[in-house]
Amino acid sequence: MAAVLPTAGRLAHGVAIRARKRPVPWVPLLLIAIALIYLALFLFVPLAAVFAEAFKKGATYYFDAIREPDAWSAIRLTLIAAAIAVPLNLVFGVAAAWAIAKFDFRGKSLLITLIDLPFSVSPVISGLIYVLIFGLQGWLGPWLQEHDVRVIFAVPGIVLATIFVTFPFVARELIPLMQAQGREEEEAAAVLGANGWQTLWHVTLPNVKWGILYGVILCNARAMGEFGAVSVVSGHIRGLTNTLPLHVEILYNEYNFAAAFACASLLVLLALVTLAIKVFVEARQRKEFSK
Amino acid sequence: MRAVLNRPHSVLPGFNLALGYTLFYLGLIVLIPLSAAFIKTASLNWDSFWTTVSAPRVVASYQLTFGTSLLAALINAVFGLLVAWVLVRYRFPFKRLIDALVDLPFALPTAVAGIALTAIYSANGWLGKPLAALGIKVAFTPLGVLVALTFIGLPFVVRTVQPVLEDMETELEEAAHSLGASRWQSFWRVTLPTVLPAVVTGFTLAFARALGEYGSVIFIAGNMPMVSEITPTAVAVVMLVAAFGLLLVINALQWWIRRRRGEENA
Repeated sequence: MAAVLPTAGRLAHGVAIRARKRPVPWVPLLLIAIALIYLALFLFVPLAAVFAEAFKKGATYYFDAIREPDAWSAIRLTLIAAAIAVPLNLVFGVAAAWAIAKFDFRGKSLLITLIDLPFSVSPVISGLIYVLIFGLQGWLGPWLQEHDVRVIFAVPGIVLATIFVTFPFVARELIPLMQAQGREEEEAAAVLGANGWQTLWHVTLPNVKWGILYGVILCNARAMGEFGAVSVVSGHIRGLTNTLPLHVEILYNEYNFAAAFACASLLVLLALVTLAIKVFVEARQRKEFSK
Repeated sequence: MRAVLNRPHSVLPGFNLALGYTLFYLGLIVLIPLSAAFIKTASLNWDSFWTTVSAPRVVASYQLTFGTSLLAALINAVFGLLVAWVLVRYRFPFKRLIDALVDLPFALPTAVAGIALTAIYSANGWLGKPLAALGIKVAFTPLGVLVALTFIGLPFVVRTVQPVLEDMETELEEAAHSLGASRWQSFWRVTLPTVLPAVVTGFTLAFARALGEYGSVIFIAGNMPMVSEITPTAVAVVMLVAAFGLLLVINALQWWIRRRRGEENA
């Protein structure tokens, strides 16, 4: 022991002096440079490319491509699908988080895994399972055809597929948040005579409002941008069952690149707004947390 | 009153309603449709199932899917760790903006990512042209698939490693330094073991995401049979089983990390 200690002391002394004498600023600089090049290559360049391609034929062409009737109906359908999917998954998310965070029961972790399941299912398969049920060869297909109800290659199929792929977003955001906040405040409210709805409305939801907003914007971004699952159930009927991402695909496959990128730029703007709200929400959360 | 008596742990109401609705909605939207896919497959007999999933064309697509997904996740593990490190430890201009943009692949519709990457890497694109001059073709080859999968998996490792690095005390590294460790040694012996579980989690998430990716890949690959065909269009059930297996691995990993952290805190 006595032999080791002086050695360590001498070493420490030597390193401390060396570090002060010869700082190596190029290591951080090099690392920052590599990181930025990597991010530029994969993030910034594609982002810039969308706008560059969109405005290649000038601003007039750009706005004409967006105002075109097929593009409009695609935008409308995208908004409809999101307007149905997001509130449904929001209600589910609150219910699931309430049950999981505020109560103890068996099978809880299995339930959480099952809620996450749609995230790990390939989008194409998500679409395919609805075709297996509602398609002509599917379980309910013949019955639906008899009653003249169209699900696949129609709006209901698109809405269903959108609900499926955005299913976990709000729940995933709320469950850990509400678990971390514990049960004391709700229990206090219950002891003071509040009923369940009052507790939820006046105690729980205000506590998690930023988490809800966060989950909703992520859910919305995915709902509006979903491609794979919707592509399988849509049938690509112009003006009827095309969402905006599918419209982009059709224009692209017709080599109408400028119009495709013009519509794509709308989706890029959606993504950027989503990120901006996300940054804002995170800042607010940090502020409230530090209080 | 009875509910309260049955559940002495909680005085809160609404358990039956909340759990009931959760299970109903989960069953309706997720479980019944997913089991439909399995039952449909079960109605095939084993031989025809096997011929379907082992056809040469399908096997070629497994190889491409798993190979490129694995490689993309590896690239993201290395560079994701680097990006997280740079974002946590150094200060440079526009850092907050860049930090926010790391999430872009989460927010950007995959179809848009697909056409944007194809435009850049096609033979007369911004990056495709110089690369083509070097004899490297990216768009419409497996290399293009790799680029797309790297793009969509980019945020995972960064976002899993970042909080761990932020929590990690620099004292540990400083102690290693003062005991004579070189920069490289202190990274290799002190920093890396701490962040490794997070890197592995991020890697697995990126890998799982890449396995099922379709939107961005379909454009850059052109989906030519045998060469650049990604599995999702081919065999659903094998992928479903792989996805569920990965989900269990991810959950086990997260449990392991929580336990390790819990031990450290205790």
